Amino acid sequence: MFTIQQLVQPDTLEEAYDVLTRDISNTILGGCAFLRLGSKKIGTAIDLSKLNLNGIKEQGDFIEIGAMTTFRDLEISPVLKESFNGVLPQSVSHIIGVQFRNIVTVGATVYSKFGFSDLLTALLALDTDVELYKAGRMPLAEFLEKSPQRDILTRVFIKKNSCKAVYKDLRNSQSDFPVLNVAVSQKDDRWRVVVGARPLRAQISQQASEELSQGGASPAGIASAARLAAEELSFGSNIRGSAEYRKAMCKVLVERAVTEVLQCK
Amino acid sequence: MNFIGKGIPKIDGISIATGKPVYTEDLVMANALVVKILRSPHAFAKITSIDTAQAENLPGVACILTHRDVPKIRFTLAGQSYPEPSPYDRYILDEMVRYVGDEVAIIAAVDEKTAVKAMHLIKVEYEVFEPVLDFEKAEGHPSVVHPEDDLHCNFDIGLNKDKNIASSKYVEIGDVEEELKKCDVVVEETYYTQAQAHAMMETYRAFSYLDHSGRLVVVSSTQIPFHVRRQLARALQIPASRIRVVKPRIGGGFGGKQTGAVEVFAAIVTLKTGQPAKIIYDRKETFTCTTSRHAMRLKVRLGADLDGTIRALDIQGLSDTGAYGEHAPTVFSVVGEKTLPLYNKTKAVRFLGNAVYTNKMPAGALRGYGATQGTFALECTVNKLAQKLGMDPAEIRLKNLIRQGETSLPYQGKLLGSSTLDKCIETGKNLIGWQEKYPSQEVGSNKVRAVGMAVTMQGSGIAGIDTASAEIRLHDEGNYTLLIGSTDMGTGSDTILAQMAAEVLETSLENIIVNAADTDVSPYDPGSYASSTTYVTGMAVVRAAEDLKKQILEHGAKFLEISPAEVEFDGKTLQTLDGNKAIGLRELAPLLVLGTGKQQLVGTATYGSDVSPPPFIAGFAEVEVDKETGKVDLLDYVAVVDCGTVINSNLARIQVEGGIVQGIGMALYEDVRYDQKGNLLTNSFMQYKIPCRKDIGTVRVAFEESFEPTGPFGAKSIGEVVINTPAPAIAHAVFNAVGVQVTTLPITPEKVFMGMGMEKAK
Amino acid sequence: MQIEAIINNKKVAWEIENDELLADTLRAKGLLSIRQGCDTSCCGLCTVWIEGKPTLSCTTLSFRINGKNVTTIEGIQEEAAAFAQVLVAEGADQCGFCSPGFIMTVLAMKNELKNPAEEEIIHYLTGNLCRCTGYMGQLRAVKKYLGVE
Repeated sequence: MFTIQQLVQPDTLEEAYDVLTRDISNTILGGCAFLRLGSKKIGTAIDLSKLNLNGIKEQGDFIEIGAMTTFRDLEISPVLKESFNGVLPQSVSHIIGVQFRNIVTVGATVYSKFGFSDLLTALLALDTDVELYKAGRMPLAEFLEKSPQRDILTRVFIKKNSCKAVYKDLRNSQSDFPVLNVAVSQKDDRWRVVVGARPLRAQISQQASEELSQGGASPAGIASAARLAAEELSFGSNIRGSAEYRKAMCKVLVERAVTEVLQCK
Repeated sequence: MNFIGKGIPKIDGISIATGKPVYTEDLVMANALVVKILRSPHAFAKITSIDTAQAENLPGVACILTHRDVPKIRFTLAGQSYPEPSPYDRYILDEMVRYVGDEVAIIAAVDEKTAVKAMHLIKVEYEVFEPVLDFEKAEGHPSVVHPEDDLHCNFDIGLNKDKNIASSKYVEIGDVEEELKKCDVVVEETYYTQAQAHAMMETYRAFSYLDHSGRLVVVSSTQIPFHVRRQLARALQIPASRIRVVKPRIGGGFGGKQTGAVEVFAAIVTLKTGQPAKIIYDRKETFTCTTSRHAMRLKVRLGADLDGTIRALDIQGLSDTGAYGEHAPTVFSVVGEKTLPLYNKTKAVRFLGNAVYTNKMPAGALRGYGATQGTFALECTVNKLAQKLGMDPAEIRLKNLIRQGETSLPYQGKLLGSSTLDKCIETGKNLIGWQEKYPSQEVGSNKVRAVGMAVTMQGSGIAGIDTASAEIRLHDEGNYTLLIGSTDMGTGSDTILAQMAAEVLETSLENIIVNAADTDVSPYDPGSYASSTTYVTGMAVVRAAEDLKKQILEHGAKFLEISPAEVEFDGKTLQTLDGNKAIGLRELAPLLVLGTGKQQLVGTATYGSDVSPPPFIAGFAEVEVDKETGKVDLLDYVAVVDCGTVINSNLARIQVEGGIVQGIGMALYEDVRYDQKGNLLTNSFMQYKIPCRKDIGTVRVAFEESFEPTGPFGAKSIGEVVINTPAPAIAHAVFNAVGVQVTTLPITPEKVFMGMGMEKAK
Repeated sequence: MQIEAIINNKKVAWEIENDELLADTLRAKGLLSIRQGCDTSCCGLCTVWIEGKPTLSCTTLSFRINGKNVTTIEGIQEEAAAFAQVLVAEGADQCGFCSPGFIMTVLAMKNELKNPAEEEIIHYLTGNLCRCTGYMGQLRAVKKYLGVE
């Protein structure tokens, strides 16, 4: 059972950041689904509802997703359904249920860098930036590598382009966390292969991406890229699967995802 | 028949569906203390000191109880008729803690926050022992789970506590080893079934208070009100006459609520404080601190002639009963009881083995009760035999199975009263498309589809033990109250029993009030378990209704001044056979209750059966297996059922669909994992995956009714048999798809994938 | 803190704790249809509508309904009963403990999706677990109720 001593709903990000950094026990509230699993003693909980951070907008060259946007918003967004072959709605649509997806937020998921995240894998395959109140805007990949710092994730930006993308996962039960997930994107001759839920968090396979970008996606190239991804990335064991199985599945899912990207329009 | 066989809606359906406050928690009084349990973090330890002073001083704390505060009388929480076969091996709180989650202290406070706060203030020191976690190493382990001297058994169940053996079993008819030697083929395999969770949606809960006469009232979501009353009397050392147990609507049970999980903790708080107290387990406690299915290892040897005639069957089992022995001997026995009679061309059959104590959560009763485990092992082996002989698995069953009017070795000459299992197999084959689909077909480059099958039997009540009473009262307005002690946990048994009464009394369902269950009021019933309610309580209801009908005729005849033989009753009117005189029930009833008759009529009956007629199912699965990932998609499941006469067609169908899906969960998704220290890792719906809507494909159900001569209107049971076939049928389909025989449940993609790797390597 | 909200079309002003969850608040206020089947936000039993959207009340902090419309099954008894009749006629009510949350999701789906295909129905309802029925009877009832095949 988590507890909250104080609760604030700041009118500005500045104020929110100020409260956040005042004490180590102060916490930004996302959808609270994972907060609820622990027994965190929160000094001051910061609710961002008044900051207008929800919603999906097309702004110039980017699709902008506010931190408080829910997974269900992503799932049914007409813009996202039509962008990148609907890879983002597809990546979140299997998560637990509608009433859960109406709660969990993009900001909390990305900021928390959950290893099992389906969304991170898909986002990482696209040209995605994240915007943090203090640290500013940076590519998602860079954010994922950075050591955690107390900050507020405000928005996610995805470059609008002709990128084609496919998301694949393997789950035991359909409403379970994935055993492994994969997203592959292609823009012109630039490929990107991302593997998540290893069970470590999503990561780009540089070698597989390079192999496809350099050599094109011939059947041999695809097989080679799949092999490279499985060799390059590290895999672990948990109750959903062993490292050995994940490694084998990485090869299968990458191969399938790349093949499917080639069939995308 | 006006009611029997009809798909009549449940009498409580609209209320429960639209959210009316009818469950245990909805009825708790506002001022009830909140009871929480401090639990052991160790799998096996002795409490060396426990300091509750600080916690007791916290404002709002009503009481804190430790092992020093409870009667030193051992009891069992297994809901079984007295004398229970389960060992009396627990105190309310013990100095020894035997699994992670075992109870250390009971905390009662004005609200949950205070109770939790107080819990954190209790200081406990433990002497930690090496736990027994692997049930295959329990026998003869240096650690003894139950070293105490006062452990008690009502019968010789083969308990050998120094060796961690809770119960031991050996049944052999004929000479199995000798017969196996004579067989042309012998197939052998060892199987592992997991400690499945019940996962009923309403977790365990109860509340208690003292009534106007100072008696203890316990309101509980339980399948066994009368057994709970007896357990409480023993555990708390007060007369049963001072206890009343009331069961409201139940949010699912599946056998879990056949074990008294929580009642005693609320009750002891009420006794100690005089105040109302409630205990509501969260899902984690429900997963980690109650009971589960017994995990088992079953080694099967099956000997047959070349033509597929099964001659010898040997099942050697090992059952993990966890820290306490609730249902240990009986669940284990049922493994053999519901498998050995199925194929009756045998010359020798044997079932033997032990149920062992370990330092894990206790196992208990769960739908299927050993038959599920046994069916998985037996049916997988029969499929293996068919494979080895190159025979159709359906044919090999039709050749060997027991038929109506036949006996089998374990039946010792008793004849099977009813069975249409042969028809179930034929119907199932047609529905699934066995001829076209068996064994498999490639679909695309990575996918293969295949079918598999299994058959099973269960029982209907416990022969010679389950005894239920029923009463039906005629009221002054000509309507009735049906009083029963069985416990409708969502199955619809209240409705089904009312249908039976209405059928006999030729009245409408609206004219029957069903009252169940309250130990102060209800006639005795062991409770709803062991597939007993339709069959055993049902027969009591039929007889009580017949008794009442007879009385109505007799008293009606008196008013009509004629002999009862010359009166007929159509449910509304009593009329002389010549039609000259008549009196309506609406006129007769007030005369009896209020007026000159001076006798309120009550029909009563008590019934128990000497036999436990088995219902049968033939189950067929069609799967699609991804050859690159090992992922198994269940496409279609067909279950064809012989439950005797179907009493309520809709409710029977849903029982089957629900049980099949619970079986699918056991087959494919419901994995049970412990860490090395004995912590259960699969302790939430996030980690322990019961099937969701997308996981089950299509489930189709058909009935092949038989007529059971000993059952009410020819009915047998249906509640448990439904869970048994999915695991073996799906395992068979997976084998037919990719040649991998998964022998350890659940059948995860990883196991299938790794198995395919091994096949390739061969 | 104090919140004001519209619960089942009635304006309320409630005093709540900062860390109170909506399921607990609603039950404490006598809305006893709210059930909880898990501690991990994944069973769907506690589903209510917030601004018409099916939402887990077990996971929603109560302060977040400030100024919002919340609907529980107590507030839409007529619609709920209309579907319940179909469900019960199918025999698919069983223990009933998950029914309020399930019905709230079914009715939300009816408002959100026009003539959903079977696959869409299953997808929308996946977050509602049920251990009794095996889901098939529920699906038959939903299809009958929606008049879809």
